[in-house]
Amino acid sequence: MSGVVWDNWQKNTDGRATVQFNRDELLGAYRRMKVIREFEERLHEEIKTGEIAGFTHLYAGQEAVAVGICDQLTVEDMIVSTHRGHGHCIAKGCDVKGMMKEIFGRAGGLCKGRGGSMHIADLDVGMLGANGIVGGGAPQAVGAAIAARIDGKGRVGIAFSGDGACNQGTTFEAMNLAVVIKAPAIFVFENNHYSEHTGDAYAVGTSKDIASRAEGFGMKAWRANGCDFFETYTAFSELLEYVRAGNGPAAIELDTERYYGHFEGDPQRYRGKGEIDRIRAERDCLKAFRAKVVGAALLTDDDLDKVDAEVIAQIEEAVVEARADELPDPATVADDVYVEYY
Amino acid sequence: MAIMNIREAIVSTLHAEMERDSDIILLGEDVVGGNGTAGGPEAIGGIWGTSPGLWEKFGPERVIDTPISESAIIGAAAGAALAGKRPVAELMFADFVGVSLDQIWNQMAKFRYMFGGKTRCPAVVRLVYGAGMSTAAQHSQSVYAMLTAMPGLKVVLPTTPADAKGLLTEALRGDDPVMYFEHKTLYGVKGEVPEGEYRQRFGEARVVREGGDVTVIACGRMVNFSEKAADKLAADGIGMDLLDLRTTSPLDEDAILESVEQTGRLVVVDETPPRCSLAADICAMVAQRAFTSLKAPPQMVTAPHSPIPFARNLERAWVPSPQKVEEAVRRVLAFR
Repeated sequence: MSGVVWDNWQKNTDGRATVQFNRDELLGAYRRMKVIREFEERLHEEIKTGEIAGFTHLYAGQEAVAVGICDQLTVEDMIVSTHRGHGHCIAKGCDVKGMMKEIFGRAGGLCKGRGGSMHIADLDVGMLGANGIVGGGAPQAVGAAIAARIDGKGRVGIAFSGDGACNQGTTFEAMNLAVVIKAPAIFVFENNHYSEHTGDAYAVGTSKDIASRAEGFGMKAWRANGCDFFETYTAFSELLEYVRAGNGPAAIELDTERYYGHFEGDPQRYRGKGEIDRIRAERDCLKAFRAKVVGAALLTDDDLDKVDAEVIAQIEEAVVEARADELPDPATVADDVYVEYY
Repeated sequence: MAIMNIREAIVSTLHAEMERDSDIILLGEDVVGGNGTAGGPEAIGGIWGTSPGLWEKFGPERVIDTPISESAIIGAAAGAALAGKRPVAELMFADFVGVSLDQIWNQMAKFRYMFGGKTRCPAVVRLVYGAGMSTAAQHSQSVYAMLTAMPGLKVVLPTTPADAKGLLTEALRGDDPVMYFEHKTLYGVKGEVPEGEYRQRFGEARVVREGGDVTVIACGRMVNFSEKAADKLAADGIGMDLLDLRTTSPLDEDAILESVEQTGRLVVVDETPPRCSLAADICAMVAQRAFTSLKAPPQMVTAPHSPIPFARNLERAWVPSPQKVEEAVRRVLAFR
């Protein structure tokens, strides 16, 4: 059922006034979404050269979710991500050049070439790690929330999960634990309608409404169009206020789209005829953003074109530097297993 | 020196360390007990009696009763550790690593390496293990070899009250994930425990006996069984070097090799089936590094390749006994 826009995304909203954005905030949000898009589009091309090893899962299409959420977080809020984590990393503030070097397997990578695409983390910006295990992160977000509550500064722990991870027992356990102990944990379900190569209509018993699972565990849930930055942002702002106020955990389901395959190289034989063209035409968060802000005369096409050009140059530079960076020293292969081993 | 048992040593260490360091938190099933019941919180204080008084003293934000959700317990500990806390997660039975292994093995063990050495995950997982109480196949296993094989984890197994304190303190002061194994038949074992701050460095085997004729390596309850064998053998004038490993990761290879180089005869006692066991691991290490010192083939005293049975007499047949240790020692000594 890919491409269906929720008609009930406002069902759980409290009817608050529209969130207001100033010019810098709008330009910043667009830039971050564009950085993610260009990062992924470029990786899609670079992977064809054979220079990038291993599995790469691209986030293109889902940018409004990562940015609509992370734009409202502080550096002290903590997120755990997924195997499709580049977007979350960029939105939370990970260094883009460091990420590119990591994916190229270089010594200067954010994780020294030890992690790769699926294991990027930067605790200094509250990014507790992408995760190669589907559903692996949700309990860790609850742990981060436990830590946040003890510290008493209103921080939150956020688990990004997809429609695949929403079927994992770890996710269920984490949701129940969070409710039981009223942890300031947030479960973000990005429904891109495919868990690997299987549709949500088949694999998710509540495929029309993943958020209802969170409600079943006893927490409040929101729903929004994850291909629209403003809808995502507005719904999440209500959720965040609710959780920061000490009401316990909450969840949000975002209906979104994955433009590429499960992994790079996936022949995507499961896609419908013309499906990718259609979602790119009808469900593109960057196009939707542009139409809204230009239509409302908040920004001009020239403003956004300028951002586009700058981002393309930024990613080009990141690729050039990544390619030029040195390889990790094989003599370090067993370093950093322990802080101390005696 | 105070005289106390292993259970008391663990409880008093948790109290002292949680007092000292407000980042330490405890979570697990029934670590408080009684929440949501007419009896009220603190009705249990840990099913093994290892956490009484902590909830009352440190409150529900630091002493957290969890649902029966082992993946969430370990995963939350992993996340809290990344977020700057020092969680102690209790697995009521070590066998429950079966339902939480991903969070131990793919998550907390690997964070530091995967993330390029920039993170710390100072979590302590307390695992109650071992046969001897007829708790049968799913509540009796000694799963330390499996976790010892996983880079990123440290594995410790106290056998005395002093080590229970020293190793737990060291685990709580360190910055790596530690698997702290508590043998369910040893909680009542009494001994002297140093007062005040006391840390036992990892990777330092305890020399239990020095006898010179044969080297016996053991950990946990098997140390006590080996001591019984040593007493019998001593009556025949046979002297045993007995090492209690204390930690299997890191492993005190030097102490093992030093003893084997003098005795030339090795027996390893291990409360697990033999395949891919700690005993096999140590025999391989010795064969590789001290081959020319050996005067006899190393012997493994292990359980059979079977699950752990229920009936008392069957369980006794399964667990390596003092008699089997004694026989193995006589075997290596008889080899020409």
